[in-house]
Amino acid sequence: MEKNTTNVLDASSFDHAALADKFNADEPRVDWHDKTLWFVREKRDKAASQLPEWETLRETASQIKNNVLSNLHDYLLEFEENARKNGITVHWAANADEHNKIVHRIIEEAGTTHIVKSKSMLTEECHLNTYLKSRGIEVVDTDLGERIVQLAGEAPSHIVLPCIHWKKEEIGSLFSRHLGTPEGNSDPQFLTAAARANLRQHFMTSRLAITGVNFAIAETGEIVVTTNEGNADLGVHLADVHIACVGIEKIIPARNHLGVFLRLLARSATGQPITTYSSHFQRPRAGQQMHIVLVDNGRSQRLGSDDFRNVLKCIRCGACMNTCPVYRRSGGHSYHYAIAGPIGAILAPGIDMKKHADLPFASTLCGSCSNVCPVKIDIHDQLYKWRQVIVKNGHVGFMKRLNMQVMAIVFSNPLIYKVSGGLGRALLKYFPFVINNRFNPWYKQREMPTVPNQSFRGWFRQNRHTND
Amino acid sequence: MKVALFVPCYIDQLYPRVAIATLELLEKLGLEVAFPQNQTCCGQPMANSGFEHLTRTTNTLFIKNFSGYDYVVSPSGSCVLHIKEHLSLYQNNEAAAKIRAGVLELTEFLTDVLSVEKISSRFDYKVGLHQSCHGQRGLKLSQMSELVASDFSKPRHLLNMVEGLELITLDRNDECCGFGGTFCVAEEAVSVKMGKDRIADHINHNADYITGNDMSCLMHLEGILRRQDSKTKVIHIAEILNAGR
Repeated sequence: MEKNTTNVLDASSFDHAALADKFNADEPRVDWHDKTLWFVREKRDKAASQLPEWETLRETASQIKNNVLSNLHDYLLEFEENARKNGITVHWAANADEHNKIVHRIIEEAGTTHIVKSKSMLTEECHLNTYLKSRGIEVVDTDLGERIVQLAGEAPSHIVLPCIHWKKEEIGSLFSRHLGTPEGNSDPQFLTAAARANLRQHFMTSRLAITGVNFAIAETGEIVVTTNEGNADLGVHLADVHIACVGIEKIIPARNHLGVFLRLLARSATGQPITTYSSHFQRPRAGQQMHIVLVDNGRSQRLGSDDFRNVLKCIRCGACMNTCPVYRRSGGHSYHYAIAGPIGAILAPGIDMKKHADLPFASTLCGSCSNVCPVKIDIHDQLYKWRQVIVKNGHVGFMKRLNMQVMAIVFSNPLIYKVSGGLGRALLKYFPFVINNRFNPWYKQREMPTVPNQSFRGWFRQNRHTND
Repeated sequence: MKVALFVPCYIDQLYPRVAIATLELLEKLGLEVAFPQNQTCCGQPMANSGFEHLTRTTNTLFIKNFSGYDYVVSPSGSCVLHIKEHLSLYQNNEAAAKIRAGVLELTEFLTDVLSVEKISSRFDYKVGLHQSCHGQRGLKLSQMSELVASDFSKPRHLLNMVEGLELITLDRNDECCGFGGTFCVAEEAVSVKMGKDRIADHINHNADYITGNDMSCLMHLEGILRRQDSKTKVIHIAEILNAGR
């Protein structure tokens, strides 16, 4: 089975509604995508409900993160000092470009052109792979899901489950082209073994490994990386140089806070009680170099905003994606940003408001995301607030602006409201073709409401004694 | 107790029967209900589209219409939530605050203020309850499946008092229907797909009717049901609570 791969970076249209419309052309596939992610959401529910203290854990995590954000400057310096004491080289990057340059310089100094990388959404955010590739460096993603999308030339469609939009038959076909597996074999165990054998060669021959970071502990200067495949450990242990890339918001004050976050993270992400590997990297082994790149890339700007700073509490569990009824039915690539779903929709406008002006509108504001979030980010409220900011900054079409201005006039004036309401009903009743046509997106797959003979206020005036 | 009825604009124009049922139900329960004639809209269509700054005059009108009542009751969780969260006016904050505190969705007014324990209505059908998100998660009319917390539901509590009514269980208790205001046309494909899936859950469990606290969600579902020539219908919870007997 062949899959039509669309490289999100090549998408001609950066519009969620248009991309979602395309995704919905194949309804059985939408059903499959929705059910697959809902299954993960239900697994999460089961895992969470087994902990009577779940809501207390969420509140605790939220408060720890609030404390971190309020004291980020101090914790970062504490982390840097302790990491240096441990023999780690610490770098600071103000933006994606600086981050990529720092990583590239370290790779050049190591004299290698072939590196392995475990999952890091930060490097996706900074487009590190593209940057390095254009400079002659081969980056092999070692997380199985990421490897699959990498072979396909795609970006991940989900932060925890990067290839959740791929069916196993399609992966079989992809592997037969890239890894030489027999055509038609889509047995997951067989395919995993094939990927594993292939990745082993890369692990064995790479002298430099990049990892992301889930938690950076200020108190000890260590980082914690969680994986289910052990690929971060394997990469780091076999390499001479380890580069860990971390967003500045990933700091937690102390090691004993990990208990709160690790319990929440795995349950929220996949419904597991804990990820298979929670790897602590505190110092380079003898003869090894360890670098940590602390990246801002817009984060301190978010920190300075009362309405949006909360987004920095995110621990990248992906629960808001799994629960989002829109994400499940539009796919990760429809968000045309490294991080999809509700959390991506409030992160992306902070990076490039014009390009991502559509994303905060790709939501019904149902509020499921905010309530599933293990660190209590007010995601749907931020979606609402981003809408206001985006409109105020002029990233809105002429017709929509006009519609809203007309609406504001109608709703501010009872007489105009009454007359236009009556006209609207008459139009729908006697000239339905004016409304029921292909220019009306409501009518494409839905009937218009049946028009009543009178409005409620008309009925009320006839049937009740009024004195106002 | 001075109670005013707030009838959302689209209910006034397209579903007067829902407002009539609400009014009659409240009157049956012994209340005298005022309907301020100059009311229009809560302002949510503009605000949710990013034009909250254009809602000032709508807010002024709303405050003018609904000041002086103990409670403002409305058969819409979504509009009530919008008023509760966003009705503000810089020069007249006290009046706005009073309305925000006293505005209630119909079923929470019935359970929390009137403490209704008995309703004389009859509805001999299988009914699925669509928990509209703003009422459920915003106003906390029912417990949401995301939280690890004890179960409750104000609308379900009321529906259980209706004679002959059989409440069906759904696979997904609180999935959004995809209406979402302007989302329903701006994101037509996803909106309709969400609606179709919501309907399928009800039909798979043999619902004769889909009910809920928000006619906007039901209007969207009705549009799809009618296009599908389905036998399943939508009905606002006020109409059920006011039905028969």
